[in-house]
Amino acid sequence: MTSDWPILTTITFAPLIGAMFLILIPVDSETAKRNVRNVTLFVTSFTFLLSLYIWLKFDNSSSDFQFVERVGWIPGFMEYHMGVDGISMLFVILTTFLMPLCILASWKSINTRVKEYMIAFLILETFMIGVFCALDMMVFYIFFEAGLIPMFLIIGIWGGKRRVYASFKFFLYTLIGSVLMLLAMMAMYWQAGTTSIPELLVFDFPAEMQTWLWLAFFASFAVKMPMWPVHTWLPDAHVEAPTAGSVILAGVLLKMGGYGFLRFSIPMFPLASMDFQNFVFIISVIAIIYTSLVALMQEDIKKLIAYSSVAHMGYVTMGIFALNVNGIQGSIYQMLAHGLVSGALFLCVGVIYDRMHTREISAYGGLVNRMPKFAVVFLILTMANVGLPGTAGFVGEFLTLLGAFQANSWVALFATTGVILSAGYALWLYRRVVFGALEKESLKSILDLSTREKVILYPLIVLIIFYGVYPMPVFDVTNASVEALVNNYQSAIAAVK
Amino acid sequence: MNAITTLFDTPNLMLLGPELILVIGAMVLLMVGAYAGKGATSLITGLSIALVVVAGVVLIWMTGTGEAMHGAFILDPFAVFMKTLVLIGSGVAIAVSVTFARISGFERFEYPILVLLSTVGMMLMVSANDLITLYLGLEMQSLALYVLASINRDSVRSSEAGLKYFVLGALSSGMLLYGASLIYGFTGHTDFAGIAQALAGSGRSVGLIFGLVFLLAGLAFKISAVPFHMWTPDVYEGSPTPITALFAGAPKIAAMALLVRVVIGAFEPITQDWQQIIVFISIASMALGAFAAIGQTNIKRLMAYSSIGHMGFALVGLAAGTEAGVNGVIIYMLIYLAMTLGTFACIMAMRRRDGITEEISDLAGLGSSNPALATVLTILMFSLAGIPPMAGFFGKYFVFVAAIEADLIALAVLGVLASVVGAFYYLRVIKIIWFDESEESFVPMAGELKLVVAASGLFTVLYIFIAGPLSEATSVAAASFF
Repeated sequence: MTSDWPILTTITFAPLIGAMFLILIPVDSETAKRNVRNVTLFVTSFTFLLSLYIWLKFDNSSSDFQFVERVGWIPGFMEYHMGVDGISMLFVILTTFLMPLCILASWKSINTRVKEYMIAFLILETFMIGVFCALDMMVFYIFFEAGLIPMFLIIGIWGGKRRVYASFKFFLYTLIGSVLMLLAMMAMYWQAGTTSIPELLVFDFPAEMQTWLWLAFFASFAVKMPMWPVHTWLPDAHVEAPTAGSVILAGVLLKMGGYGFLRFSIPMFPLASMDFQNFVFIISVIAIIYTSLVALMQEDIKKLIAYSSVAHMGYVTMGIFALNVNGIQGSIYQMLAHGLVSGALFLCVGVIYDRMHTREISAYGGLVNRMPKFAVVFLILTMANVGLPGTAGFVGEFLTLLGAFQANSWVALFATTGVILSAGYALWLYRRVVFGALEKESLKSILDLSTREKVILYPLIVLIIFYGVYPMPVFDVTNASVEALVNNYQSAIAAVK
Repeated sequence: MNAITTLFDTPNLMLLGPELILVIGAMVLLMVGAYAGKGATSLITGLSIALVVVAGVVLIWMTGTGEAMHGAFILDPFAVFMKTLVLIGSGVAIAVSVTFARISGFERFEYPILVLLSTVGMMLMVSANDLITLYLGLEMQSLALYVLASINRDSVRSSEAGLKYFVLGALSSGMLLYGASLIYGFTGHTDFAGIAQALAGSGRSVGLIFGLVFLLAGLAFKISAVPFHMWTPDVYEGSPTPITALFAGAPKIAAMALLVRVVIGAFEPITQDWQQIIVFISIASMALGAFAAIGQTNIKRLMAYSSIGHMGFALVGLAAGTEAGVNGVIIYMLIYLAMTLGTFACIMAMRRRDGITEEISDLAGLGSSNPALATVLTILMFSLAGIPPMAGFFGKYFVFVAAIEADLIALAVLGVLASVVGAFYYLRVIKIIWFDESEESFVPMAGELKLVVAASGLFTVLYIFIAGPLSEATSVAAASFF
């Protein structure tokens, strides 16, 4: 492979090409279904291996965009422009890593329209990778919004009872935020005369315009994140989506919001970001406390994890808008860790849902007696979700709190109470599901993790613990870019004062 | 050179080549039909499509550009582009009718001939550079379309559609004519350049604004923009579907082209005045198109409201009144045409053994019974909703980017919000196709429908690859005015 090979394009579109192959496979027999699953697993694994290549070749010392590709597209309006830096690169890896696990998780549970399902997932993967690689804001927007199409179909076709409601809510909520961002991008285009993100990063927008642009971008990213009070689509979408859909939602799609803040809002509109800092702090703290309390009261396991996701995303927005190195490093780490932890938690829910076909907490109890391996896995994940030191969940949460403390100690004080609350709902959930006597008749014959489920969950557990004790591989990658981001922000602020 | 020799200056007539081919061809075919009777219908249909193709080839490669008939007829890159779209719309409308007409029992040789004649009218509209040409073209296309709406004369719905269209259309023609006479009275010119000059020199007067309003009202009727949209749902629903496909495509292109030429070509000096009107009808159309479509159960009515909304979006570009705006309108109409023809071809495929169905709920389970058709229809619905990476997104992008450049922020914000509301009912169609339980499947599609559906689906998905070259072509067309 030469250095000129368009590696990012290859990674981005490899799943799409796989999807085109799938179209050719006839669907009528069981063998065909198995073929479809195998092909999809192969394509997603191959994409993951390809994406490891960019991590290997990534230059940690540089804050510039790497593996850049740039070709003309619509002259004067948009270009096809791809590249990654320390902020985006790991999200690409996270996406490609979670995809094979999702395919494995759907191995048995999806048995109708298998081909369409796999095609939807592969197309979704292309769009997700594209979001993190795009260096032209229109290309970014196209990938960002195009992802709605497969996700809408995944929730709507393979979802639970209220899938129609959930899929519409997901689609329309996200769309309404995105279209405002689109208008802001157009305004930026006329102001700066370019849609290239690297060029926009160094362009100074007038202060008043920054405010409006910031708000428009905020509308989109806040919904995607999701931030309180526009988070209500998420619990519905999570509950109704099939397991793999939930994993991707929590693991990748939510991260697009945080990534958007880091890529657009802060570097391009530094003055507005400063002005809105307290505003974001307030709603982040509300999100952390309020949604943690809501999570306490949930009776559906998936809904509980969904609300816990909203609370964790509250730490992310708080960390990002601390606007210092600790906060932003912590946010990125928190997003990556949450991608693994919440993804794994949804997979765990999928494990017991596949057996019992219910997500009611009250339908379970005493699982430890029949499923010891599951109990251990679920325990580690619960601890990681709480943010116990030694798990990946701790590092991000701690750093975001540290960053917030540097910026505003009151915010950190209130946000820290969220840690206690999260311990409350997570441990309570664990006690009700796993501990206690095995009383329910239906649970008496439940089986422990199968080999396939071990293959899915064990790597996640290893990574969660590894990155809990040794986070440096991540910080090495993000460090240069985050420092450049913070420096640019500070010099932009200093220039005004 | 005196007037007589100028009139017979033959090189000028070359510019009218495509129109002449269609007119003469249509007359000949009419004779053939009159003598050969019903048996010649398929021959005449085939030859009509061939005529459209020949006219298109002549238009694109042989005519060149310039003015003819003392400046009353203009052929600039804009006209060439829009006429090409008109020809595509008409040609497809003839092609998709073949099987449908046979089954519904209105297989008549007059159908393709009337489409040809109305096409000539549309092409004259696109090239109109004078209020008289404008009116001639408009009436020629309208009269043919009135008859087409009621061509299935044994059907009460079809006759009703034709009558409604005729009565309201005549009213709008009257308004337009009244407006044209006022404009002539207050400027002393019927040619667009003369009007523009008079306006630039003397400014506007109240009487002229009156004329402008009446003229715009007449044109708004033709593109079915709010508040002159009332005929659209009824006529769309009542007419046989191939004719609805025609109504939704080519005449809209022609009327939009005419509207662009009138406001940019003739009334450019008083942009401030017409801009307000366009902004109003644009917002009203987008909003009505979005909200009124929600309650529809008949897919043709749904598409009627959808097309009202789409005209509103196209007008966003026109409201900007800039080169980027005109470029946006051209791209929007191009993409609109491709999506509309594809969607109507899908609607024509909605046929069970016991007859044609038009209820949206009849699409239930199409995802399992006919995945290919379902996929294309889904792509088209996402595209109509303006979701990237489908073509429809780019149409919206180019009109809104022009509106933002022209500082029409409120219009742009209302527009995108309307598009979110609109997305709801397109999603509802997708929901019925994929999420609902399967019903009895449709009978196999006719070959010509398959072709149109496939072409439209491919265009919509692959637009991202041809967006570059196409936008270069449209920017040349848009530059005609500036």
